[in-house]
Amino acid sequence: MDLYEYQAKELFGRHGIPVPAGKVAATPAEARAIAAELDTPVVIKAQVKTGGRGKAGGIRPASGPAAAESEAERVIGMDIKGHIARRVLVEAATVPFEEYYAAFLVDRAEGAFLAMVSAQGGMEIEELAARDPDAIVKLPIDPVAGVDADTARQLAGKAGLPEQAAGVLEKLWRVLVEEDALLVEVNPLICTTDQQIMALDGKVTVDDNAAFRHSWEYAEESVSLEAQAKAKGLNYVKLDGKVGVIGNGAGLVMSTLDVVAGAGAAPANFLDIGGGASAQVMADGLEIILADPDVRSVLVNVFGGITACDAVANGIVTALQLLGERGHGTPIVVRLDGNNAEVGRRILSDARHPAVRQVSTMDGAAEMAARLAAGA
Amino acid sequence: MAIFLTKDSRVLVQGMTGAEGRRHTARMLAAGTDIVAGVTPGKGGASVDFGERTVPVFGSVADAVEQTGADVSVVFVPPKFTGGAVEEAIAAKVPLCVVITEGVPVHDAVRFRALAAAGDTRIIGPNCPGLISPGQSSAGIIPADITSAGRIGLVSKSGTLTYQLMYELRDLGFSTAVGIGGDPVVGTTHIDCLRAFQEDPGTDAIVMIGEIGGDAEERAAAYIAANVTKPVVAYVAGFTAPEGKTMGHAGAIVSGSSGTAQAKKEALEAVGVRVGKTPTETARLMRSALGAR
Repeated sequence: MDLYEYQAKELFGRHGIPVPAGKVAATPAEARAIAAELDTPVVIKAQVKTGGRGKAGGIRPASGPAAAESEAERVIGMDIKGHIARRVLVEAATVPFEEYYAAFLVDRAEGAFLAMVSAQGGMEIEELAARDPDAIVKLPIDPVAGVDADTARQLAGKAGLPEQAAGVLEKLWRVLVEEDALLVEVNPLICTTDQQIMALDGKVTVDDNAAFRHSWEYAEESVSLEAQAKAKGLNYVKLDGKVGVIGNGAGLVMSTLDVVAGAGAAPANFLDIGGGASAQVMADGLEIILADPDVRSVLVNVFGGITACDAVANGIVTALQLLGERGHGTPIVVRLDGNNAEVGRRILSDARHPAVRQVSTMDGAAEMAARLAAGA
Repeated sequence: MAIFLTKDSRVLVQGMTGAEGRRHTARMLAAGTDIVAGVTPGKGGASVDFGERTVPVFGSVADAVEQTGADVSVVFVPPKFTGGAVEEAIAAKVPLCVVITEGVPVHDAVRFRALAAAGDTRIIGPNCPGLISPGQSSAGIIPADITSAGRIGLVSKSGTLTYQLMYELRDLGFSTAVGIGGDPVVGTTHIDCLRAFQEDPGTDAIVMIGEIGGDAEERAAAYIAANVTKPVVAYVAGFTAPEGKTMGHAGAIVSGSSGTAQAKKEALEAVGVRVGKTPTETARLMRSALGAR
């Protein structure tokens, strides 16, 4: 999960990394109060989990409390690349003397940790990597030994950062380790005119798998279908098309989306119901998909590995009973293969549900679902 | 022949006394696996009756290895305890440790991967279905009755796609099928499996299944060009999947590739690997590569 800038900076603060004084505000009035309390010129920063805020007008200077209120008014509710800014960070304006880049992350290609540091910060790091790749120092970090004061000094030195930045690098590594983060990135890390090292921005991605050993409370405020699905333990991603897709196993579902696209229709979603595929899970899945007004047909693609297809078929029948009337309008194409597929298919044909039709191959089922979605 | 796992493998199950561990141990036994021990801390001295065989439970991996000569461990313990369980297997020098558990923190995986690399253990997973050498042995949760023994090797990030291909090619059969897992950090890569299949006299051709994210498939393509002479066919899932957000800016830079299915397909085709549009077409490509119909 990606954190907002203000959440990342709270973490930084807790780990002793200097950040500008500031607080998060959800309303213009709150922004005004925070600016008054800071008693200095401030910057109003849109809190969105995407880059390019500055260019989009989501970062605005304000000379005092009144300006902070009016600027916050403009920024709150702003749509930046599809992300709505629900809050702003009101922060003491800070003038950098120099700007650097620093990050620690999980390098999935190597299955290890990596440090990336550069004396040229402030711009998009991809841009820097393309223009001047030698300006970025990359150092693999031994996961057992970690980053100690020596390694941090070495990193700072190699990248051309001032000596006093080493302490901040060491603390940044502690954020990665102690917060189970997959990425901690500071861009820019700045040196002020009075030689203070400070994190002017912050990006942190924490590992959801590690939530059990943390007291994170990073609730997502959302009423989307994705949020509803998540609440039911389903892995759902909304897409733009008309064919709803349900399957078991992430790989098979991804593959099903591709096969639907190959059949000439766009998939409406990704939905993995996992291994068990009980009647309740199937009903929850169908309910989410049928609640999507874009969906014209549904493709249920299940390969019985551990789970036998008769259990899946019973799940579908029960799910349709649970859904009642809601399950009748949209045609549902079912493809069952693998363990006990014959029995499963017979259960479905005996149930004679008006919405359900069966096709025995994945490619054939995708073609039928695509045709039905097109209204043919 | 097979890779990593044969009829001679002596398998222990960490977490055998839990519900999942018990259920899948019974399935592995039915698939012909020689299960010699279970390990559950604090339950040493107990045993579990599986009908045809009663399997002794030990309190530690070291004890189980010493008493039974186990050389494969399959890990079914909950995510909270998985890191510790795997580190225990590494310390006991178990040659192969198969981590089925889903939801293992990435930091734990990075750590046990590094420890394994410095020690004597190969790790497969986490978050994987394990591996099977049909007719010989199964370590994990891959169903044994959807396919048969044969001379195709398979390596995949995805469980159900593995099953789909094993089923489509069940008449030709498999030497070994390995599910390496879909987590960002895994112990055994596509390349490790390609190398082993290339060296295995019991494998004639290889199916490789990839999916979006990272650059493992691109790396595998480079490896195939330089080292693999056996026919390889591939399938890549996720052409229509939305762009992943897992790693943000820095991650994309490091991989040097955006991790799209298209990029992976192009990299594989550039080195002469035929890539199927669907799992079914991939199976067809394998048939023609083997000269079968």
